[in-house]
Amino acid sequence: MTATRWAALALLVVVFLSALAANMIAPAPYAKQFRQDLNRPPGQQYPLGTDELGRDRLSRLLYGMRISLLLAPAAALLSTLLAALIGGAGAYLGGVWERGTKVLIDLFLSLPWLFLLLTVRALLPLDIPAVTSVIVTFALLGALGWAASARIVAASVHDLRNSEFVLQARASGCPPLRLLLRHVLPNVKPILIAQFWISVPLFILTEANLGMLGLGVTEPLPSWGNLLRELENYAALTHSPWLWAPLISLVLVMSLFQFILSGEEYTN
Amino acid sequence: MKKSGHPVIGSSGEVRTKGFVVSFAILLFALFFAACNRSQQNAGELRVTIKSDPKTFNPLMAGDDSSDIVRYLTGGVLIRVNRKTQENQPELASSWNVDENGRRITFNLRPGLKFSDGSGFNADDVVATLKAAFDPNLNAPKGDGFRAGGAAKVGEDGKDKVVIEFEHPISGLERLFDEVAISPARVAGKADSSVVLGPFSVGEQKAGEYVLLKRNPHYWKRDDSGHQLPYLDAVRLYVLSNRDTELIRFRQGDIQLIDKMSPDLYEQLHAEDAAAARDVGPSIESEQLWFNQVPRSPLPEYKKAWFRSRNFRRAISAAINRADLARVAFRGHATPSVGMISPANKIWFDKNLEPPTYDPNAALELLKQDGFRKDGDVLKDKAGHPVAFSLITNAGNKQREQMGSLIQQDLQQIGIKLSFVPLDFPSIAERITKTYDYDACMLGLTNVDLDPNGQANVWLSSADLHQWNPAQKTPATAWEAEIDKYMKQQASTLDRDKRRAAFDKVQEIAADQAPMLYLVDKNALVAVSPKVRNADPVVLTPQTYWNIEYLSLSK
Repeated sequence: MTATRWAALALLVVVFLSALAANMIAPAPYAKQFRQDLNRPPGQQYPLGTDELGRDRLSRLLYGMRISLLLAPAAALLSTLLAALIGGAGAYLGGVWERGTKVLIDLFLSLPWLFLLLTVRALLPLDIPAVTSVIVTFALLGALGWAASARIVAASVHDLRNSEFVLQARASGCPPLRLLLRHVLPNVKPILIAQFWISVPLFILTEANLGMLGLGVTEPLPSWGNLLRELENYAALTHSPWLWAPLISLVLVMSLFQFILSGEEYTN
Repeated sequence: MKKSGHPVIGSSGEVRTKGFVVSFAILLFALFFAACNRSQQNAGELRVTIKSDPKTFNPLMAGDDSSDIVRYLTGGVLIRVNRKTQENQPELASSWNVDENGRRITFNLRPGLKFSDGSGFNADDVVATLKAAFDPNLNAPKGDGFRAGGAAKVGEDGKDKVVIEFEHPISGLERLFDEVAISPARVAGKADSSVVLGPFSVGEQKAGEYVLLKRNPHYWKRDDSGHQLPYLDAVRLYVLSNRDTELIRFRQGDIQLIDKMSPDLYEQLHAEDAAAARDVGPSIESEQLWFNQVPRSPLPEYKKAWFRSRNFRRAISAAINRADLARVAFRGHATPSVGMISPANKIWFDKNLEPPTYDPNAALELLKQDGFRKDGDVLKDKAGHPVAFSLITNAGNKQREQMGSLIQQDLQQIGIKLSFVPLDFPSIAERITKTYDYDACMLGLTNVDLDPNGQANVWLSSADLHQWNPAQKTPATAWEAEIDKYMKQQASTLDRDKRRAAFDKVQEIAADQAPMLYLVDKNALVAVSPKVRNADPVVLTPQTYWNIEYLSLSK
């Protein structure tokens, strides 16, 4: 690993530790309203200013990052694994399995899953702890978000299955499991990693949109998603550049991840 | 010597000719000035927005907001509720008389009026329109208010007099005619607002784009100087649901008026153009919360006991900082509620009501009376249950979500844990009308009618919108029976003082028992382009163009 990559890793570790230690380093509780200090600009007391309810923005960003950094990658991992399993297995087995997988993927992509999410939220008890509600939401996002990735994985595995080197391996008597593990999977790995990284910000933003329907992370619990909702106010953004902090931190973290992990993968 | 071609004979003749020239010049100037003045008055097309395509142009069938706006701008009515004074004013009827204890109303119509197509207006048109409005088969929304009067007989007494007699008296009867636009007898019940008695008629519609209303050349009203109204040539109603886009188009000068702005957009506009953004003061739209008191709800018995307790409800009310709700969630563009009627309702607001005060200590005292006690930071009831409940509201409403967060912190101060749960609206409707599986709910109510009868669907214990315990067969509590009694009392008399006394009692009982905690009355926030003349925004809808006849555009 190069020195730059080490620096990126160190920075990422700092971000992760800050998020994990939010309750120790945050200047104020994330829900505490300082009602005489609404919409304050950054200063000594509030390093990133306060929001419309007078809550410390830095504290909310740290807590929000903790939730999103833990749950969005977990949901992305779940959806990528499902995509690999369903898309990869269907295409690898071929024939009726492949056709069946394609139908299943098309069906999943065409169904309006939003209604399932709404139903699930409606069925949850009203006094369920906010954290549980968030975990359920991300789990559902992961369980339902695999179809688009699975289509890409299936197409890739289909090509690999019919490629010359796999044909040669098969002709040489390579057993199917070994063929899958040694020849197909390593070649699908970059695609899976790419799908994983695409899914992480996608789930963060989906969670933000679901918040508008009463799903996902609801007030006063912060998340990267609901902090990003403030970017809707264009006028406020031009006057208050510190409102960009959640977006900048999200882009930074995603870029660091890409730089450290995917970069190495691409190099290889 | 006489020169041919000269019309002048002698010196006096010269003077006459000069006088003629001067007079002609003055006349030309006067005509030019009048033409300029008229074009200035009439010139232009006012552009405003509606949120969706009108579902109908039939004024009797208007049920949605967009159809109702078209009805207001095109329909001629017998009596108009003046949006500024809130009093009834004569329109097509020059006078009226209510007798037989509110069972009969007689209208004297203005003679010589014409519809927008030039055809004459008389009692036949009124009779045909009202018969259509009362027809149970047509079931017109604009006839709903009259159905309380039972069967109605509509008849004419000559060309200019109409008599309507109901089976039962209807208090506040006159105000109901504000919504009934009179159409020609030949199309009554199936009118399309193209032939009207109002200031504009429907000229053109492009679905999803706009509705164009053109000036009624036969409109009967004139201004003080005798100029025929309306001043405007046309009104274009753009179909636009996005409020941000509406503001952008206002800034660009593409539309000239905006009603019912959100506090955020209002503040944005105010920062750029303070003169265009106007806060008209408290409106009749309020935000409130209530506790579930439905006996058959699936709540545990101890929670039902909390919510049935007057002290508990009053304690929660005292623990909520309404001034902060108005200041923080509405950016100062709301007013802490006094009670069930907003001060914007000039006629029926009970001025003797004491506004609720924010006092967490008083809240704890009230709770103590019911056996609640603080155990550290947690409030517990006498059986030891920690006081925690959920508050639902519709997701996506920024102000309501912020109010939820503010109330959460307010209640935390007295040891109550509030779970604030924004839900999609169908889920809320399911819980508050069918399953009753909720603790407390926060929503807004818009009073469409200023009259106390408009509140009957909430305050009568048998009403479906009696949200804390709807559709009761018999009143569940003594105070609800009292409210029923006074609501019926005010509805059974035409004497305004007696009605006011009865309705004041209703407001006092509601304030004392606090089944609904009224939080804030939202201010009416509007935008008015400096190009619009004679704009005089009010809190009632349509807020900016209620006096459409008198609006004009400067160049």
